[in-house]
Amino acid sequence: MSQKFYTNIFFQSILLMILLIVVGIFIPNWLVFVMTKAIAYGLVGLGIITLMRGGLVSFGQGLVFGIGGYTAGLLGTQAGLTDAILLLFISFVFTGFLGLIIAPLLARYRDIFFAMLSLAFSMVLYGILIKIDAIGGSDGFVLPESTYFGIEPLAEYADYSLYVVSIIMTGIISIALRYYYNSTPGLIALAVRENELRVEYLGSSAFNVTVLNFTIAAGLGGMGGALNGIALGHIDPEFTYWTTSGEFVFISILAGYLSVPAVFLAALLLELVRSFSGRYFPDTWQLILGVFLILSIIFLPSGIGSFFKKFFDKINKNINK
Amino acid sequence: MVDEILTIFLDGAIYASWLFIVALGLTFVFGVLKILNIAHGGIYALGAYSTATLVPLFYLLGMPEQFVIIAMLFSALAVAIVITPIMERGILRRFYGQDEVLIVLVTYAIYLVLEDVQKLIWGMNSLYVSEPREILGALELGDLYYVGYDLALIGLAVFCGLALWLALNKTKSGKIVLAVIHNPEISGCMGVNVNRVYLSAFFIGAFLAALAGSFTAPLISVQVGISVAVVIESFAVVIIGGLGSIPGAVIGALIIGMARAACVHKLPEAEIFIMYFCMAGMLIFKPKGLFEGSQARKI
Repeated sequence: MSQKFYTNIFFQSILLMILLIVVGIFIPNWLVFVMTKAIAYGLVGLGIITLMRGGLVSFGQGLVFGIGGYTAGLLGTQAGLTDAILLLFISFVFTGFLGLIIAPLLARYRDIFFAMLSLAFSMVLYGILIKIDAIGGSDGFVLPESTYFGIEPLAEYADYSLYVVSIIMTGIISIALRYYYNSTPGLIALAVRENELRVEYLGSSAFNVTVLNFTIAAGLGGMGGALNGIALGHIDPEFTYWTTSGEFVFISILAGYLSVPAVFLAALLLELVRSFSGRYFPDTWQLILGVFLILSIIFLPSGIGSFFKKFFDKINKNINK
Repeated sequence: MVDEILTIFLDGAIYASWLFIVALGLTFVFGVLKILNIAHGGIYALGAYSTATLVPLFYLLGMPEQFVIIAMLFSALAVAIVITPIMERGILRRFYGQDEVLIVLVTYAIYLVLEDVQKLIWGMNSLYVSEPREILGALELGDLYYVGYDLALIGLAVFCGLALWLALNKTKSGKIVLAVIHNPEISGCMGVNVNRVYLSAFFIGAFLAALAGSFTAPLISVQVGISVAVVIESFAVVIIGGLGSIPGAVIGALIIGMARAACVHKLPEAEIFIMYFCMAGMLIFKPKGLFEGSQARKI
């Protein structure tokens, strides 16, 4: 049963990835760009839901988002490294490593204190970044055009190339995370969410699980930041500001912690609401976003993911029959 | 040298008193309702905007200019009267007892809405109301020159802090609020109308935010985006002092105010950084702030 379940998830994800890549050929360029940005935000959101499974919400993922973005940007401008795949991968590893260093400090905190300390860290980084003129200060800097295996795509295919790369890399990560969520530490996280003290009494370490989750969340946030920077072609300290972090929390609460694809759907919803209302109601897009957010918390308290889970469980049941 | 220290001290004190009035409302609302209200910054901005609208109207009506303070108080009161029922009764009430972080996100949503409400009502242009700043004249301290209005802010902050502290600890209704803070359920069983206490506490918090906004309006140009920095600055104060503590807010505001003033004069590069640095440092070493008692934990 369990073996079949995994192959199913694996198969479904590959199918979804191929579908998305094919769809990308036919949709207009702006939508490809919006979807790439949604993937970037979704990656960060995925990090937050990894933490949320353990009962924590970080209000400062702008920290890792910014570090990832600046890592990719500085490697591009200073070291001349323009390969998007390498940049994404390095940002993922590097930010994850930094996450591992600060995780033991953060893992001691719970609830609002965890949220506030992560927020404080991201704002410290913001305070530093806007004052370093060598990397553009509050204006940030422009990233060089990215290449793929040494080839720079034609301008009209640049967005699509990045989109395909991000779909493939994100797809692999999502599948890996699904396996992680069903592994021992992944399941202990759910138990920590329910009752941390009992987990400790039963002989598992809530601390270690939280450190692991934070490291994963940091890596994902860094990769999301790098992707966002490469997609925009520009990076500035706004990446680490608290309002950006707020958007990530928004995505993960909207998605809920029950489903991986729901996070990307929530991120896409945010990006679509943002670009549509930004275009048609330029002065009130925040109002629309705020109302949308309040309504979704009132009517969908466990997120879009709760629908997804029901839907996919049904399909899987039918297939397994 | 002495002059410089005095300047830093006075600048710091003025900045700290402004911060304290904002943070006082924030910490009080957290203490009673257990809500860390991001929209507090939005209410602050509304207070500034309503002052920028009402004060010129006040002059237009030909009122004596000494009484402009009344117009400012009135504009803050008006904001609190309008915003409290909508926010507390209309929205936040649905989320009582839920996860604190979820409520933070709800207030973030309200903050976003308030941002655009300001734009819709007052447009994108900056408003200026510098007249009230001149009513108290100026003060010369040696070579230093201070506007009386700025120094009066210190008095206002002391008054607000003392009034709230005395009202909480020395009056009957204050004791009821303290009982609700301690345990809302048992207070309810004893006949306290907990919902009304929540409403009043939120009203006081909103009034203090709007008050800070309306007394800041003469010092700045009132424009889009004045609330975004206030949110985190007041968070930093409240975190340093301990969530829900009035003496904590005093100390927090003084630490941030003095540190910032010292940075402005000595190390301008670190002006923004220092605040968050204090906040992070305090959270690392004393996560519950300077004035948080011990708590029993549930197993």
